[in-house]
Amino acid sequence: MRTANPSVPLLAAIAVALTGAAVVMVFFVAPEDVDQGISQRIFYVHVPIALTAYACFGLGAWKALRLLWTRGERYDLESYTAIHQGTIFGALTLLTGAIWAKASWGVWWLWSEDQLVLFLVLFLFYCAYFMLRFSLEPGARRERISAVYALFGVALIPVSFLAIRLAENFIHPTVFTRDGPQMDGSMFGAFCVAWAALLLLAYVMYRVELLGKRTDANLRLLRETLTS
Amino acid sequence: MSGYFSDVAALARKDLRLELRARDTLPAMLLFVLSTLVVFHFALPSESGDQAAYGLLWVALVFTALLGLGRAWVPEQEEGALDGLVLAPCDRSAIWLGKSLATLAFLVAAEAVALPAFALLFAALDLAAIAGVALASIGICTVGSLVAAMAAASRGREVILPLLFLPLAIPLVVGGVGSSVSADPGTYLAFLGLYDAVFAILSWAAFEYVVTE
Amino acid sequence: MSQEQLVAAAYGVFLAVVLAWIVIIAAKLSRLERETTELAELARRRRDDG
Repeated sequence: MRTANPSVPLLAAIAVALTGAAVVMVFFVAPEDVDQGISQRIFYVHVPIALTAYACFGLGAWKALRLLWTRGERYDLESYTAIHQGTIFGALTLLTGAIWAKASWGVWWLWSEDQLVLFLVLFLFYCAYFMLRFSLEPGARRERISAVYALFGVALIPVSFLAIRLAENFIHPTVFTRDGPQMDGSMFGAFCVAWAALLLLAYVMYRVELLGKRTDANLRLLRETLTS
Repeated sequence: MSGYFSDVAALARKDLRLELRARDTLPAMLLFVLSTLVVFHFALPSESGDQAAYGLLWVALVFTALLGLGRAWVPEQEEGALDGLVLAPCDRSAIWLGKSLATLAFLVAAEAVALPAFALLFAALDLAAIAGVALASIGICTVGSLVAAMAAASRGREVILPLLFLPLAIPLVVGGVGSSVSADPGTYLAFLGLYDAVFAILSWAAFEYVVTE
Repeated sequence: MSQEQLVAAAYGVFLAVVLAWIVIIAAKLSRLERETTELAELARRRRDDG
């Protein structure tokens, strides 16, 4: 397999630089929020992580589509790895979201918080992805079934979002409204840098994992050949 | 085109006939849904309002559907007939549609018993609630048949189906409970229709990939 | 928990998960290295025998 470009070390270096810039902007440049105080700073790590998780699931679904279209060998591993990253960042979304809920409203969980509930549903869905994958024999069939499931996941995201919005009317009255992006310039700038840093970090993690998985597969082939 | 629908009808008829002869899935579903409703009577605290009862109705329906879905592909698996069907000169998606229709028939039969029982034991059901049940049942059977086919291909068969199905069923429960409980059921019914459309098309298109070797 | 502690916890959780990921990748890399050495040994033996 050709060395993919851009190279992983270069991307990782840029990710480090962006993360450094993000930390500076979040903690030194962006002003403290008047209403929420210091706990608002969690926003800069929680929301980009959530968006990155969506991006990873989207990438996983895209690779899955490519697999079903073209039947290229590489797409299965790429889809699987992307979804793996998405699940990691999804778990992080739930954790940072719970901490933010505790900081803002004093409770660790809030059913009226759309983002949290949506992620819980998605998290369940994508955990089942791994269960499905591990219960199927490796081969073309597993690749195709996993791809179909990944595509269903991406269709589920907007549908679940709508459902959760609708559910609030009879589960909880919407008492807490989320503050929208009515942020001033430097806050928005900090958010964008943080988001870029996290996206790139997720992508670097994805590429590194892919390297590991591909090497694993090559080694298995070598082993079979050499011990036959 | 007429060939496609006659294939679908033939496949659905086969499943219904099998069930009429064997009579193992439908009685189980009926008994299960009734027993579940009775359990809920004891599980609910005595002053809980109707809202809780409607919620539990949907729990009963989803799990009854799971029972039916778990058995949906068993006839094909036992005889290795799924491979035969796949090789047959019919569109693969017709297999899915036939199976969905048959499963829907069983689910509707179970609901025909469950809904009156619920109305008797717990709370009244208006037209919106019944429409919600109807629309959600379509969604359950279309998505459920696809997901059950995935589960049928896997090793951990019985356990994996609920894991795959429940996250997908959550929007259906929201739509269903909403149409029973809310003052404006139209939104929820429209939502259920949207879910049905989106996921039926997806399932129809994706079934071929799930079932071919 | 104070607000500052919660903010630190949020960023800390993120850092911890990324570091845990690094640990897991490092373990995988060690395993890959071990397997490659075994296979190199096999290949060497093959080359010397054959």
